[in-house]
Amino acid sequence: MDLTSMVVLRVHGHPVLLFSRMIGLALKMLFGDTAKYLMLVAGLFFATFLIVQQASVFCGLMRWTTATLKNVAAPIFVVEERVEQVNETNPMRDTDVARVRSVSAVRWAMPLFSGIQRVRLADGSFKTVQLIGIDAASLAGAPGRMIEGNLQDLRLPNTVVIDELATQRLSSNPDDPSKKIKIGDQFEINDVEARVVGICKAMRSFTGGPYIWTTYERALQYTPQSRKMLTAVIAAPLEGMTSEEAAAEIERTTGLRAYVNQDFGSNPRDTITAKGKKYGDFNTSTVWWYVKNTGIPISFGTTVVIGFIVGVAIACQTFYAFVLDNLKHLGALKAMGMSNFRLSIMLIVQALTVGIIGFGLGLLATSGFALGAIENGQPPFYMPWQIPVAAFVAVQIICMLAALMGIIRLSLYEPAMVFRA
Amino acid sequence: MSETNGQLVVDVRRVEKNFGDGPDKIHVLKQVSLQARTGEIMMLVGPSGCGKTTLLSAIAGTLKVESGEIIVFGNALQSMSGGALTRFRAKNIGFIFQQFNLIPTINIAENVGVPLLIQGISTSQALKRSREILEKVGLGNRWKDRPTKLSGGQQQRVAIARALVHEPPLVICDEPTAALDSQNGEIVMDLFRQVARASDRAVIIVTHDNRIFSYADRIARMDDGEIIDVKEQPQQIAHFEHEHAIES
Repeated sequence: MDLTSMVVLRVHGHPVLLFSRMIGLALKMLFGDTAKYLMLVAGLFFATFLIVQQASVFCGLMRWTTATLKNVAAPIFVVEERVEQVNETNPMRDTDVARVRSVSAVRWAMPLFSGIQRVRLADGSFKTVQLIGIDAASLAGAPGRMIEGNLQDLRLPNTVVIDELATQRLSSNPDDPSKKIKIGDQFEINDVEARVVGICKAMRSFTGGPYIWTTYERALQYTPQSRKMLTAVIAAPLEGMTSEEAAAEIERTTGLRAYVNQDFGSNPRDTITAKGKKYGDFNTSTVWWYVKNTGIPISFGTTVVIGFIVGVAIACQTFYAFVLDNLKHLGALKAMGMSNFRLSIMLIVQALTVGIIGFGLGLLATSGFALGAIENGQPPFYMPWQIPVAAFVAVQIICMLAALMGIIRLSLYEPAMVFRA
Repeated sequence: MSETNGQLVVDVRRVEKNFGDGPDKIHVLKQVSLQARTGEIMMLVGPSGCGKTTLLSAIAGTLKVESGEIIVFGNALQSMSGGALTRFRAKNIGFIFQQFNLIPTINIAENVGVPLLIQGISTSQALKRSREILEKVGLGNRWKDRPTKLSGGQQQRVAIARALVHEPPLVICDEPTAALDSQNGEIVMDLFRQVARASDRAVIIVTHDNRIFSYADRIARMDDGEIIDVKEQPQQIAHFEHEHAIES
């Protein structure tokens, strides 16, 4: 018994092997028409690139909005009850630190200052920075990865730890590597001296300014005085408790808003309230605040939609032209006994093939863009796996639309037409 | 020359076909009846628009008719479903088109093998069989070439090879020599004669080309959707050929 007679899988009454034989023919017809093949691939390449690149830059930008949460790695952020996102500062009383500490579910709780301040450079110009003030004793909320210097030196007078971006941004000549800020250099924050004792790695902030860490008390000295200065209380749950449980207990006991700090996504504490969804995760809450309250998603979303439309326009038009050009050959196949179903499979295979190749090249180009973005630190770029998957689906939808147009045209073509020269 | 005692393979009975509706309706075939037998070359001739290509399409099972019967190898085409008709064509009919309709992006052996692939024969078997039949039409050494590299006559020989590769009992040809010079036309018609004689096969040819009338066993003359006459004897064909030459 040969392989052909052993076929058991049948699609629409045809043995699957029949399709595999026609696939080779379909691909040869596709690759043989070089101009249209390249045009199709180019259209899908641009569609993929626009969709993936813009969506990734959008995600990168949204990730930057939560940079403080990444740079201050505390499991729980307790803030004023109306605060919805991490870059919003509704100051609290210093006594709120003690109130949070008093909650039975809390292992430790420390004050945190976070605010945008002005730095005066050596040449007299000003730059804005994201100033973070952390507890001097525990150094809770300190940068996770030091490149140079010693974090403990932050306890010395007038000292700060800066991130890599600051070494360049706060330099008198950012284009000259020899002029980069280094340990021991000094500058002024709101006319108060600051001496660099460490350089760390940190995620860039949404506002583009570098991060500077100092102690909580010194941060208050660097900042113009107001009645309430505490931005947040960072805390950790008692051993054996989850962050969600501890946050819920803090909210119940103090009336303050307690967010957990985890990756963007759903959280057991996310609840639907009368005013809409209330997020228990600070990352999620922050990102959604920017999505709802800024034009950023519309701007990027428009480009993504344009990418899709460009893909549809080029792919559908070109593929339809390809089918029209091949109509007399496809009609001849139809007359010779090839069913509409098998011809449709051939067109779908052709469309999927250009879709996969165009998508692959588009993703490759986006990866090149990503490498450049990572190297330069900007533009923001973050590509979770959902983006290429969604883009692949979008490109295949484009291809299926293109194939559908061809299939409709071909199904309307009577095989007898092939006799009319 | 004539083989009128062959088996009846095509029996067209009082077929009617219209195109369009209402005032634009065109009556293309009017009560047409015709038979074709194995071992013969039947030619359908007549002026443009007389309905000969429509009749050929109907016999090939690529066009539905309004009334009448078309019986091919004992199968009434009008009662067959679309899928059954498609499978019937794939197995029983070889097609030769006026413009050859060879796929330009694949080589000629692959082109010839298409009817076998449609029937589910493996690609390697199809190519083997294609090369054998290309040898028979004198193109064995050109099997790797694409159709665009061949002359019109050579392309038509490839088309003939494609029509015969799956050994169909009925071969349908639409103006097979219209795009050929007289020398290539003769080569192609010699091939047809071999094809029709060599096996139990019928060949139906629609043509305008009076140079090839002498190759026919029977000639059915059509005009305005009707069969005017069918000439069967060689003498009659010679007379018809002469008459047609004067008319044209």
